[in-house]
Amino acid sequence: MEIPYNVEERQDTGMFNAKLGIWLFLASEVMLFGGLFSAYVFLRMGDVTGTFISGASELNIPLATFNTLVLISSSVTMIMSWVSLKLGEQKKFKTYLGTTLLLAGVFLVVKYFEYTAKFHHGIFPETSTFFAIYFTLTGLHMLHIIGGMVVIFYFLVPGSKMMNTESERFTNRIEIVGLYWHFVDLVWIFLFPVLYLL
Amino acid sequence: MSGQPDTHHEESFWRKYIFSIDHKVIGLQYGITALIFLFFGFCLMMMMRWQLAYPEQPMPWFGWLFGETGVMLPEMYNSLGAMHGTVMIFLGVVPLAVGAFGNYFVPLQIGAPDMAFPKLNMTSYWCYFAGGIVMMVGFFVPGGAANSGWTSYPPLADIATTGQTVWLFGMVLLITSSLLGSINTITTIVQLRAKGLTWMRLPFFVWSQFVTAFLLLLAFPPLEAAGVLQLMDRLLDTSFFLPSGLIVSGEVLNVSGGGSPLLWQHMFWFLAHPEVYVLILPAMGIVAEVLSNNTRKPLWGYKSIVYASSFLGFMSFIVWAHHMFMTGMGSTISAFFQTTTMIISVPSVVILTAMFISLWGASIRYNSAMLFALGFLPMFGIGGLTGLPLGIAASDIHLHDTYYVIGHFHYVVAPGTIFALFAGVYYWFPKMTGKTLNETLGKIHFWLSMIFINGIFMPMFVQGLAGVSRRLWDGGASYAHATDTLWLNEVMSASAWLLGLAQIPFIYNLIKSMKSGEKAESNHWDATTLEWTDAPSPPLPHRNFEVIPEVYRGPYEYSVPGADKDFTPQSEA
Ligand code: HEM
Ligand SMILES: [Cu+2]
Repeated sequence: MEIPYNVEERQDTGMFNAKLGIWLFLASEVMLFGGLFSAYVFLRMGDVTGTFISGASELNIPLATFNTLVLISSSVTMIMSWVSLKLGEQKKFKTYLGTTLLLAGVFLVVKYFEYTAKFHHGIFPETSTFFAIYFTLTGLHMLHIIGGMVVIFYFLVPGSKMMNTESERFTNRIEIVGLYWHFVDLVWIFLFPVLYLL
Repeated sequence: MSGQPDTHHEESFWRKYIFSIDHKVIGLQYGITALIFLFFGFCLMMMMRWQLAYPEQPMPWFGWLFGETGVMLPEMYNSLGAMHGTVMIFLGVVPLAVGAFGNYFVPLQIGAPDMAFPKLNMTSYWCYFAGGIVMMVGFFVPGGAANSGWTSYPPLADIATTGQTVWLFGMVLLITSSLLGSINTITTIVQLRAKGLTWMRLPFFVWSQFVTAFLLLLAFPPLEAAGVLQLMDRLLDTSFFLPSGLIVSGEVLNVSGGGSPLLWQHMFWFLAHPEVYVLILPAMGIVAEVLSNNTRKPLWGYKSIVYASSFLGFMSFIVWAHHMFMTGMGSTISAFFQTTTMIISVPSVVILTAMFISLWGASIRYNSAMLFALGFLPMFGIGGLTGLPLGIAASDIHLHDTYYVIGHFHYVVAPGTIFALFAGVYYWFPKMTGKTLNETLGKIHFWLSMIFINGIFMPMFVQGLAGVSRRLWDGGASYAHATDTLWLNEVMSASAWLLGLAQIPFIYNLIKSMKSGEKAESNHWDATTLEWTDAPSPPLPHRNFEVIPEVYRGPYEYSVPGADKDFTPQSEA
């Protein structure tokens, strides 16, 4: 038997199942990163030797600013792809979604150069608690980016057949991927000032 | 929809029994796996109890597990302790309460054909299973399984043997499993309630699962974060939990330092306090169902219970540091957490009181399920009341890390939650299998368990008040404080082993009845809720009901004046 409200909205809650599901998932993600941010605050409060300040000064702010712009743009193209889909413009949808994927790739490449530059200077997670939390937070964020890329790629290529067979359901799915992607973007917007600027 | 056999095609063996996406099969998978783990955790404890009662004497029968001498070494004792706690909580009780009962009965009680995300449900079970296997692998790595307590406090856990790393990986899998599960449960309850089933018509069991799922959803991620940090400490030599200048075996540890062991405690208890309500809420849910069914009366104060449990869920996020009064975090913080702890005991008392009042003037049916539910009430009462002195910072100075704490939480979890889970098994077995359990064996099981479980945990209060520390390998033999209370160790250990024997009638009953029990009717207990009134026993594969029911009334309309029978089903117009 079909499970109700898989595609259509339930009237009294105004949601289809997966939409509630993704919001709940994001709530748990907020707690995950919230826990790590709290750890950051806790460690920084106990940081008597000033490793947090000296550590942050070694990070590359221009690169991170560039990456922030890249991610924000990718969020915009993500929305555009969903809107195009809603309007039935499948070609545009593919272009926008493809751009999102590309921008995510750019983000990773920049991050790769940032990381290797650190390693060349002999900076590793064990160097200080600042770099420990820096690598943990950005690393975990990167895992989220990669996860998102896999899903986006799936809907762009192998999963895109559903666009024609079950178009409403497909649009729902893209909306959900979008919600996730904005969240990952938002996490970076917190990470950037906390790690690089403070 | 009309029950034609051709509406669902034959499934392969794998799809039907192993990688099933039917919530009932998954519920049973959870249930069976969890019962096995419960038994395993129990065995670990029975071995520990030998060492505590007869320190450093070779263990009969099982001595070979500890090498030639047959004597349990301190390292081994620590492993058993850590793994007993972990197995019981994360692999036994929670999966049984949430994964098994929640999974099986939430969709049935709300009139849904399945959980909202069946494939996620399957994934959640297999993550749990994998987590369990990883935890077991720990026993076979060099240095043995994790041995820093179920709380894994650093710095000890940071520098412990490989078993700790395995433990952390196991936890990550278990956390993933319960995250997926909780998303599923909440979505199911919000989205798939049958027509007419408003929030205040939900059986309290569903409410309890709803609140529990929120606790799991929001409390587990910080532990996952903490687990990641501890893994970083162990694998990449970071110092999240290691202070500067830490000396291990006479040498300064070669790490950057600058971390804080307290950080772990905060992150751990931020999960682990809500976790204790994850343990108790589903139990209360089961007890509520069994009580109202067997008192043949509405549950007294249904709304108060619902509000109290929601409030409990909310408050459980801001009491965590009552586990840390002794860490020197400061008296202001202690005062705050002491206050919230006193506040949170109010809703617990509300729920318990409402349940006691429900018994008033009832003509009670004393079947096995009801006995366990009735047993739950005073046992949870003892557990909850003994929590109060722990929640007051001043008295906790004396009691912290003694056997008193062990007594406290075991009263809530063992004769509390586990009794409620037994009640659930006796109550719902006919629904799950279509067979009835033997009542006589059930009653024997109850009375023996009741006696022996108190024989184990009551003396712990005495020892704890005398100051016996909770993690002593020799049961206090080398501890001057303890001498007067040492004789209790033998009493407790004997009770523990006898409690083990008392489970034989239960296990026998389960297996025997499954094979050749009497056939159960679809509404075996004359109940009012949908799983009994509208689904056959066992419910139909993949859709539960012939016709999705509609709901017209509250969950506990028993003995309604003027009605023709003493129960009025929710689905009766
Ligand atoms: C009803 C009010 C309750 C209060 C006021 C309370 C209070 C406390 C306090 C203050 C501690 C810390 C003691 C110490 O380490 O010194 C504690 C420990 C504990 N409580 Fe409770 N508790 C309550 C109910 C529960 C319930 C319902 C459960 C579980 C179902 C529970 C499970 C535990 C566990 C597992 C520990 C010990 C954890 C450990 O250190 O290993 N408690 N309780
Ligand atoms: Cu607590």
